[in-house]
Amino acid sequence: MRVLLRTWLRPAAVTAAQGLLTALLSLTTHVALVVLSVVALLLIPAFGIGIALFPVVTAAVRGCAGLHRRLARWSGVEMATPYLPAPAGAPFGTWRRFRWVVGDPATWRDLAWLLPGAVTGAVCLAPLALPMYGLEGLIGLPLVLHTAGVDYGYGPFWPIHDTFQAVLCFPLGALLLAVGVAAGRWPVRLHVRFAGFFLRPTRGTELALRVRQLTVTRAEAVDAQAAELRRIERDLHDGAQARLVALSMSIGLAEQLVRDDPEAVRRLLAEARETSGQALAELRGLVRGIHPPVLAERGLPGAVRALALAVPLPVDVTVDLPGRPAAPVESAVYFAVAEALANVGKHSGATRAWVELGHAAGRLTAVVGDDGRGGASSPAGGGLAGTGRRLAAFDGTMTVTSPTGGPTVISMELPCALSSPRISPSSGTG
Amino acid sequence: MRVVIAEDLALLRDGLTRILEAFGCQVVAAVDNGPSVLPALTAHRPDVAVIDVRLPPTFTDEGLQAAVRARAELPGLPVLVLSQHVEQLYARELLADRRGGVGYLLKDRVSHVDQFVDAVRRVAAGGTVMDPEVVAQLLARRDGAGPLAELTAREREVLGLMAEGRSNAAVAARLFVTEKAVDKHINNIFSKLRMPPSGDDNRRVLAVLAYLDGADTRRFPS
Repeated sequence: MRVLLRTWLRPAAVTAAQGLLTALLSLTTHVALVVLSVVALLLIPAFGIGIALFPVVTAAVRGCAGLHRRLARWSGVEMATPYLPAPAGAPFGTWRRFRWVVGDPATWRDLAWLLPGAVTGAVCLAPLALPMYGLEGLIGLPLVLHTAGVDYGYGPFWPIHDTFQAVLCFPLGALLLAVGVAAGRWPVRLHVRFAGFFLRPTRGTELALRVRQLTVTRAEAVDAQAAELRRIERDLHDGAQARLVALSMSIGLAEQLVRDDPEAVRRLLAEARETSGQALAELRGLVRGIHPPVLAERGLPGAVRALALAVPLPVDVTVDLPGRPAAPVESAVYFAVAEALANVGKHSGATRAWVELGHAAGRLTAVVGDDGRGGASSPAGGGLAGTGRRLAAFDGTMTVTSPTGGPTVISMELPCALSSPRISPSSGTG
Repeated sequence: MRVVIAEDLALLRDGLTRILEAFGCQVVAAVDNGPSVLPALTAHRPDVAVIDVRLPPTFTDEGLQAAVRARAELPGLPVLVLSQHVEQLYARELLADRRGGVGYLLKDRVSHVDQFVDAVRRVAAGGTVMDPEVVAQLLARRDGAGPLAELTAREREVLGLMAEGRSNAAVAARLFVTEKAVDKHINNIFSKLRMPPSGDDNRRVLAVLAYLDGADTRRFPS
């Protein structure tokens, strides 16, 4: 019984709901949207009213198409949104907005789909209507009404002439129910597939969207790079460089005083040593921020293990990397994991954490998890958002799942080939 | 005292040689790359080796690897490793064989000439010297529920100085307390860390670090 429910009835119910929503959406909006679009286009010469109106109608069409795309997901079909992003500073009613709408092929593909889509959408009622009709026959409604003398029809018997035909409604109802439940997903599938032809991005649009995304991530990467260089320059200028100047001044002064005042010279030299120590510490911090020595020396696995040791709670590190990623990727992942682990140490309240590094199907994956209280987010400007942007430059993605109450899991993934073979593991413990 | 130095930068190599010779050590060999470390050590059998972590030809952790290998081949060979940066990971690897005579110091410490030479001597004598920065990192893991959390601030200070390889007298002088007080703190620390007390100064430092090390080694079986 339960198997029946799971394998037949539940999918049938889902399909019926999807079909009903699809049909309602198609029947109520498509024709109206077509009419509005045509009117808006015709009004373009009339004082340009259409220029203001058409983008508004298009927005409605896109909303409708968006709903269909979402419904398609119920059938397991993913359709990416094909629209080119709106130009900046082009509110409704402007010529620029009109041009953007008209220039996007997706606009016309949406419009071309509306009417045929309404037909296939209407057919989507079948997964609901057929089983219902079957049930009607099955519960004997036609027989009851025929016996009561009502002029009633069911299926091919229209009206029902005799009791034999009325009784035939039972097997007919059962057949319709069975067919409706078993084959109900076909009309919906047809509709989704047909819609896909129109509502999916074309190859050209896909490329245009990709170029746009690359432009954005490249700009962000360049900005981040420039900001980083400025920070390094400032830190060197105000820190180590200034200290080295002070150092050479102290030594110069000591040189002058060496014969007359040995005690002052001793003080100056002690000061100089102090200053040189501070300069070294600053340089060390700077080097760590640019490219941590342990990463250069041990690669990603060793560097992540070193990171794990610095977190004030036990961290399990598992690494499955058959080779070494390219240096920039390694660095990006290292800093991403460092940021995630720093968050674990600071905010999570966790007692344990784990890091997993892996590589599969041309993608490098890094997962950082903890058993803390959860609720971590990546607000714009926060450390995690910065990490996400840094990974985006490599076409990488970062997902944070952190329900309140925990646990928090941060997964990072980025395409990368592993170049050289595994670096020799260190002797001793790891 | 006979010393072998491995350092690729000529300036630093000469500096180290000068400092050590000024304090009465004899630098029997000074090499500038990873592969010649082990032959130099086996040929000269020095009292202590001073090795830079990063050496040619790979400029990665060649020196550290050479140090670990040398201690495997010449058991008990005292090795002092110098580095621009200190990593707990490396400290653990050096301590992995659980023998004394190991040091791991930031290169900065060399500028405190007397302290540096003192560290070289302590390592040569079989002691364990960890850079204060490594010790600070180890002790910073206070948030965990481990036994370290049970230590008082003063006990933590004492443990830190112990881990740097200082004797009871040195710890007492540093903290301006009597040696007896230091003794008491140390006994408290040992009982809180559930370690049997031991009379040997160097052994006990090693024990502390081995404890901190061992508490974590099961985290990543390698």
